[in-house]
Amino acid sequence: MSVLQVENIKKSFGKDIVLRDISFDIKKGEVLAVIGPSGSGKSTLLRCVTLLEKVDFGYIAYDDLVMTKPTGEKGKAVYSDTQTLQQIRRRFGLVFQNFNLFPHFSVLRNITEAPVCVAGKSREQAESQARTLLDKVGLRDKEHAYPCELSGGQQQRVAIARALAMQPEILFFDEPTSALDPELTGEILKVIRNLADENMTMVIVTHEMAFARDVSDRVIFMDGGVIVEQGDPHQVLENPQSERTRAFLTRFSQN
Amino acid sequence: MQMTLNNVLNMMLRMLETSQTTLLLFFSTLIFSLPLGLLMAFGRMSRIRPVSWLMKMYLLVMRGTPLMLQLIFFMYGIDLPFSRLQVAIIAFSLNYAAYFAEIYRGGIESIPIGQHEAANVLGFSKSQTYFRIILPQVIKKILPPMGNEFMTLVKDTSLAQIIGVMEISALANKMQAYYVTILPVIIAGVFYLVMNSVVSSCFSLAEKRLGYYN
Ligand SMILES: Nc1ncnc2c1ncn2[C@@H]1O[C@H](COP(=O)(O)OP(=O)(O)O)[C@@H](O)[C@H]1O
Ligand SMILES: [Mg+2]
Repeated sequence: MSVLQVENIKKSFGKDIVLRDISFDIKKGEVLAVIGPSGSGKSTLLRCVTLLEKVDFGYIAYDDLVMTKPTGEKGKAVYSDTQTLQQIRRRFGLVFQNFNLFPHFSVLRNITEAPVCVAGKSREQAESQARTLLDKVGLRDKEHAYPCELSGGQQQRVAIARALAMQPEILFFDEPTSALDPELTGEILKVIRNLADENMTMVIVTHEMAFARDVSDRVIFMDGGVIVEQGDPHQVLENPQSERTRAFLTRFSQN
Repeated sequence: MQMTLNNVLNMMLRMLETSQTTLLLFFSTLIFSLPLGLLMAFGRMSRIRPVSWLMKMYLLVMRGTPLMLQLIFFMYGIDLPFSRLQVAIIAFSLNYAAYFAEIYRGGIESIPIGQHEAANVLGFSKSQTYFRIILPQVIKKILPPMGNEFMTLVKDTSLAQIIGVMEISALANKMQAYYVTILPVIIAGVFYLVMNSVVSSCFSLAEKRLGYYN
C-alpha cells in the first residue's frame, strides 16, 4: 500500500492554474526528489498534501485515510471531516524552507511542544525523545539555546527534529537548504541522507541535483504545474527524455 | 487661608485617600479592557463579514470621539444602576479596550504566517496555536505601544471628574480653590509622575524579561 497517493489533483489561485492534473504515489521507505524551475508549483504541491492549501479537484489519501476525493458536483474535491484530517496530520511532517521555528521556545521546547500538547505525551517522555533526536541531528548541546542563537543550518536541524518528534510516516522537505549559506547546506543534506538510510519515507523538493541523484529512489521533474518526467534519478538527471527537462538541467548547470 | 502644618498634613492625607479612587479606576479599567480588547481584536479580524464590520464601526466610534463625551454619554445618556465610579470604569474599559484591540490586532498580524503554518502542520488546534504560539510572541511585540497606553490611562483617569468622580485631580482643583495655594496641584502632579514611573519601570522590566529571543 502507498503511504501517500495523489490522483489528478488540480489547484488554481484565482485564474492562475498552478497544479494541472498531478498524480503520483509513494511507497513506504521511498525517497522522492522533486525538481523544477521556480514557479512550477512544487511548493504548492507540498502545501496541498500537507493541508496548508486545499486542492480544487482530485484525490489524496494517506494509506487508508482519505484526505479528499472528487465527489462534489462536477468532480470538485470534497474534504474529509476535521477529525480525519487531524488524524492525517499525524501521519506527515513538513520541513519549511525558512525553518519556522517558534522563536519564544528553547530548542527543547520547540521539539517537545507538539508531542506534549498534540500527541498527549508526558513532558519527561517527550524530553527524553527530543534529546535522542537532538543527538541524531548533532545538536545535543543546544537544547537550552533559543532559535535566534543558532545558525541557519542548526535551526533547520532543529526543525527536522521537531518534525520527527511527531513520528510521521512521511516527511516532506520544501527546499530545506535554499535559505542557507552554501557552506551550511552540507550538514542538512547529511541529516536527510541519514534519514534515508533509516528508510524514512520522504519527499524532497530541492535544487541540489547531485544530492537528489545520490539519495532519492525516484525523481519527479515539474514544470508549469505538471509532472513532465519522472523515473530513476540517474535516468532523469543524466539522460532526460523530455526536452523541457533537458533545457532546465542545462540552464541549471550553467548557473 | 493660612497654610499651617496641620492644613498641609490634612491636605496630604485627603489626597492619599483619594488616590485610591484613581488607582481603583486605573486597575479596574485594565482588568476589564485587556481581555475585552483581545475579544474585540478577534471580532475585528473575524472572517464573518458583519462581525468584522460592526467591530470596525465600534472601534471607529470609540477611538474617534472624546473619552470625555463618552463618559457624559454613559453617565447621563443611559440609565445605568451604577455609582459614578462604576460608570466611569465601564466607559474607560470600553474605550481603552478599543485601543487595545487595535494594538493586539497589529501584533497578531505582525506574526509571520509561517508560525501558523508550522503549528498547523504539527497538529496544534486553532486555540492551541493562538495561546501557545502566537499570543506569547504578540505580547513581546506590543509592549512598547501598550506602555504608552498605560501611561495615557494614568493621566486620563482625571477625566472621570467630568461625571463627578472625586479622583485626585478633582480634589486637587477643589483644594487649590479652598486653600488658595497651588500646592495640592503640585502634589497631584507628583502623584501621577510617580505612578507613571512605576508603570514605565514595569514595562522596561517586562521588555528585559522577554529580551531572550528575537
Ligand atoms: N497563495 C498564493 N496565491 C496566489 N498565487 C500563488 C500562491 N502561492 C503560489 N502562487 C503561485 O503559484 C505558482 C507556483 O508557486 P510555487 O508552488 O511556490 O512554485 P515553486 O515552489 O515551484 O517555486 C507561482 O506562479 C505563484 O505565484
Ligand atoms: Mg517553492
